[in-house]
Amino acid sequence: MSDPAALLIDFGSTYTKLRAIDLENRLLLGSAQGPSTVSTDITLGMEVALGNLEDQLGRLPDFKYRLASSSAAGGLKMVTVGLVKELTAEAARLAALGAGARLVETFTYMLSKRDIRNLVAHEPDIILLAGGTDGGNSEVILHNAEMLAAANFVCPVIVAGNRSAADDVEDILRDSGSEVWVVDNVMPALGTLEIEPARAAIREIFIERIVHSKGLDRATGFFDSLLMPTPAAVLEAARLLSEGTREHPGMGPLLIVDIGGATTDVHSVASGDPGEGYVLQQSLPEPYLKRTVEGDLGMRHNAAAIIKAAGRDTIAANAGTTPAGVDRFLQLITDDLERLPQDNPERRFDAALARSAIQVAVTRHAGTMKIVHTVNGPVATQQGKDLSRLVTVIGTGGALVYGYDPSSILSGCRFNEDEPGSLRPRDPSLLIDSSYLLYATGLLAQVEPEAAFDFTLLSLEPANAIEETGK
Amino acid sequence: MTDSPYAVKQTLITGVIGSDAHIVGNRILSMALEDAGYHVVELGALTPAEDFIKAAIETAADGIMVSSLYGQGELDCRGFRDLCVEAGLQDILLYIGGNLVVGKQDWEIVERRYLEMGFDRAFPPGTRTDQVTEILDRDFEARAGGSG
Repeated sequence: MSDPAALLIDFGSTYTKLRAIDLENRLLLGSAQGPSTVSTDITLGMEVALGNLEDQLGRLPDFKYRLASSSAAGGLKMVTVGLVKELTAEAARLAALGAGARLVETFTYMLSKRDIRNLVAHEPDIILLAGGTDGGNSEVILHNAEMLAAANFVCPVIVAGNRSAADDVEDILRDSGSEVWVVDNVMPALGTLEIEPARAAIREIFIERIVHSKGLDRATGFFDSLLMPTPAAVLEAARLLSEGTREHPGMGPLLIVDIGGATTDVHSVASGDPGEGYVLQQSLPEPYLKRTVEGDLGMRHNAAAIIKAAGRDTIAANAGTTPAGVDRFLQLITDDLERLPQDNPERRFDAALARSAIQVAVTRHAGTMKIVHTVNGPVATQQGKDLSRLVTVIGTGGALVYGYDPSSILSGCRFNEDEPGSLRPRDPSLLIDSSYLLYATGLLAQVEPEAAFDFTLLSLEPANAIEETGK
Repeated sequence: MTDSPYAVKQTLITGVIGSDAHIVGNRILSMALEDAGYHVVELGALTPAEDFIKAAIETAADGIMVSSLYGQGELDCRGFRDLCVEAGLQDILLYIGGNLVVGKQDWEIVERRYLEMGFDRAFPPGTRTDQVTEILDRDFEARAGGSG
């Protein structure tokens, strides 16, 4: 009898990916992929991927666990509605992102007819409706519930707003035929963030409804359970590595950067509290597990936006080319979004793009420090998370795994004297998830945390080691 | 309003406006207001004008109590009532107190200046908290009587 094994599946938007892991010896038995066939029959791509895996292993082991995540069929598409942009709307946004959703739009204040038209056009899988602290404003969330009810658009709605208005909001939406989940307010009191209940509700609806409505449940013969959206699995991996398990101490606060073709995701597991000295925290508290998605920073669909954000000259300097050269390389990508670098100059251009994307994405994710001059002298104030003392940064995504000089690319996340107010990590070790295992770890952590932890530690490679081997 | 979960009186926002770190008096005022039965949302020191407004919207506050101790209040509070009107809070009660101007100036002139800016009341240095709560109770009573 062979050692117990686990099969971890990611139903992605382009590929169906498989990882087979030997739980006893903490070994990666094999990786395989097939096309994403969710638009026709999801089982087809799965069959191809399994066949591919069987070819590698000779024979498929009896899997003790077969767990899946999904970002197929557009991911878990959500819209959020809140009241003030920086307060309840921000809390709702953080909850949706933290649940691994693809957040397509955030609405604020009273929904207008135009807003409703936009919202319906997005065809969200779930709507998260917030607004008002407990006992605070109820007028706006009631108005927004009426507007949603009048839209005749049936979709699961999570109500996570002013508790005093929740019953009425629930009645209004239920009468319109929508399924309604009422959970605790994402901001029960001003400056208090409680996004866990909303996050749990999103995940529950994902498992119970979305898996079915997207046709993912046709593949149920191939897996035991489809646990979460893929980005949530990566966030779970981040949590496991940071916090450790019963037997292993964790790695402490850490950051994961995932750079893709269309977006760059940043996950942090850190309180981000101010460091030494007297620093006044000015903004809302931030979630300990925080995910941000930069929808304008992607290696292929949004390469032009990266160049715009970072500056053409910077990209040119980092890529060892001229600004005109940058335009030429960009044209190659624009003409063919699937393009992989063909030679070293193209590889260097991709590396420069990736480095800048990471720099901008981590800058947006991290907090800022500002000195305010008061009559009692200067006072340091902090907005967002202080990640400057964080010691571990993990990179994943094609540009890092297959790219030129991953160490230099990932070091885009570091603190930089040019932006002294940005609280990015000052001196982190840089690790690469070179076999794209983090989603698998996040899934495995739900059933075998010890094996998942060991296995991930073994598979993370220091970024500079990859450079030396010239991979 | 019958649906408030707080068995208390109105909701008030407190904070020190602008680049002003003098928090002690504002903290004492906040505690006194709570003792007097109000629901107080404290924003603390170094609070921009916009943050008072945002907090008042989410919490459906009935009044905003602005403190300013460093003499720059006039600059920080310029257009404060307009901001409230813009945000749909045209009826919110606005109080201000502290060292509201630089140097020694006649209080009546200072007060008039702040009332013209749209504050319902201005309080000079040395005002006791019980004076504030008394006037506040009266102002809310008058409003309730006026509208009912």
